[in-house]
Amino acid sequence: MKDLLKALPWIGPAVALIATVVLFPVGLMFWNSTRDISQSGVDKGGVGLDNFAAVVGFDAFWPILGRTVVWVVVVVACTLVISLALAALLNKAFPGRRLVRMAVIVPWASSVVMTTLVVHYGLEPYFGIINSFLVDVGLIDTPEGYGWTRHAGTAFAWAMVVAVFVSLPFTTYTILAGLQTVPGETVEAARLDGANGVRTYLSVVLPQLRGAVSVAVLINIINVFNSLPILRVMTGSIPGYDADTVMTMIFKYMQNQRQIDLASALSVIAFLVVVAIVAVYVRFVRPLEEV
Amino acid sequence: MAVLTQEQTTTGTAGSPPPGGVRRPRRYTTDQVPLGSLLLRLLGGLVVLVVFLLPYLIMFFGSVKTKAEIRSVDPTYFPREWHWDNYLTMWSTPETPLLQNLVSTLVISLCATLLVLAVALPAAYYTARFRFRGRLVFLFLVIVTQMVQPAVLTSGLFREFIAVGILDTWLAMILVNAAFNLSFAVWIMHSFFAGIPKEVDEAAQLDGAGTFAVLTRINLPLVWPGIVTAVVFTFVASWNEFAASLVLLTTAGNQPLSVALTKFVGQYETSWHYVFGVSIVAIVPVVLLFMAIEKRLVGGLVAGSVK
Repeated sequence: MKDLLKALPWIGPAVALIATVVLFPVGLMFWNSTRDISQSGVDKGGVGLDNFAAVVGFDAFWPILGRTVVWVVVVVACTLVISLALAALLNKAFPGRRLVRMAVIVPWASSVVMTTLVVHYGLEPYFGIINSFLVDVGLIDTPEGYGWTRHAGTAFAWAMVVAVFVSLPFTTYTILAGLQTVPGETVEAARLDGANGVRTYLSVVLPQLRGAVSVAVLINIINVFNSLPILRVMTGSIPGYDADTVMTMIFKYMQNQRQIDLASALSVIAFLVVVAIVAVYVRFVRPLEEV
Repeated sequence: MAVLTQEQTTTGTAGSPPPGGVRRPRRYTTDQVPLGSLLLRLLGGLVVLVVFLLPYLIMFFGSVKTKAEIRSVDPTYFPREWHWDNYLTMWSTPETPLLQNLVSTLVISLCATLLVLAVALPAAYYTARFRFRGRLVFLFLVIVTQMVQPAVLTSGLFREFIAVGILDTWLAMILVNAAFNLSFAVWIMHSFFAGIPKEVDEAAQLDGAGTFAVLTRINLPLVWPGIVTAVVFTFVASWNEFAASLVLLTTAGNQPLSVALTKFVGQYETSWHYVFGVSIVAIVPVVLLFMAIEKRLVGGLVAGSVK
């Protein structure tokens, strides 16, 4: 006990910060999810699990949940496949490689809101530059173009494209770091045995990337599940709930409807989903014991 | 468990390069690469370069167009005239007080970074250097915060900050940004501290230096790269934070640029050239900062779990 007291001045501030800004709000969120809170914020007493019943009973709940799964699975899978290819390229020697690596960092450092805004603008009918490009190359017939950002389905699809784009840098860099731990001898041995490039990659390099890949996937799942800005910008102005995920729905409860009790209930569900994903992933994929 | 593996590797490899930092890539040469595959790599590199820079080039070219040009039915890829004056006029638009938003973004990011440094540095040092009961619990707690994100906690934070009376203040977002970037900072600095051989400390202590003096005079110069990485990462992450700011800051002037710019979407006539001008101003400095710590970016993010 005495050594803990001695450590307190060093770790105390960090513990206090985590306790007040992470742990306490989690507790408060669970508590609020069982309360009836008025739009002006007055707590009118406990209602048991009624808020959860209301959230799950909402017509769009199951479609939203299904869409969230699609959102996470598609974005993370595409990100992983593209990042593996990108990392393989960036691990090879060629003139200008450093410049290309720096370019890959740009979406990582940039505000996701701003990256999404430029895509949103590009897809606008008539004056959007992506839309206009598609007209110029003959993929679209009229300059009005397809109302990409006006329809829930297409806006959601483009949001996924943006989500993959902004997830690539972190994933690519993590895999690159993994590639640098692959001993050159193992690759050369495979070459001497007559394996070609693809075969060497699949049977020698890829298995050694398991640690880097599983960590990158775990962090991506958490980030993509919790992602708000992309959908907020791309689909936020579309009426209805046809492009919502759990995360955007929480913010609709909180901001549009000012129902903090329902928002808390859905947040609790989202929080438990994240905890469950991490737990299952850590249990079966064991990313934390690799490397 | 994660914490245990971290333990074994960091203490076991004292003296080797800090595990938080990605090892320098081996020197690659292009000497023995056949010309064909070299050209293929060059081509691939060029495609990657263009694709990753394209959105930001569109932004840049758009930022110097006139409103009429950026909203013209047959849009131009490159600006017909370069209106650099947009970068002066854009700050006074009716949608949002952009100058105040810039100040808010700066103040919140700077203060959050300082707070993270003040809180994480001692914790990283002490946990890397000393064994004590509750140490593993503490490190586990730090990992857990990396798994949670502010977006999922906003409803709780909202109610908490109302109760405390700091809703819609810079302080609220300083605390949130600091708390959620703490784990990166602790892990990256922890791994640097752990990379310094203990004998260095012991030698200093024999010469009569106290714990604090050992930290400031002996260790700090050696962990400097870790500190820079933590500082840059926290600053950039706070700079771009969106979800919590959206809910916790309600007055337009208090909001950061990330939130302010979303107000242009869905306007009857969005001033896209201004949106892009502000975006360029907001993006260029943080991209340069990130490039400076490029080699160590991965370390802090995955150090907690991988190493």
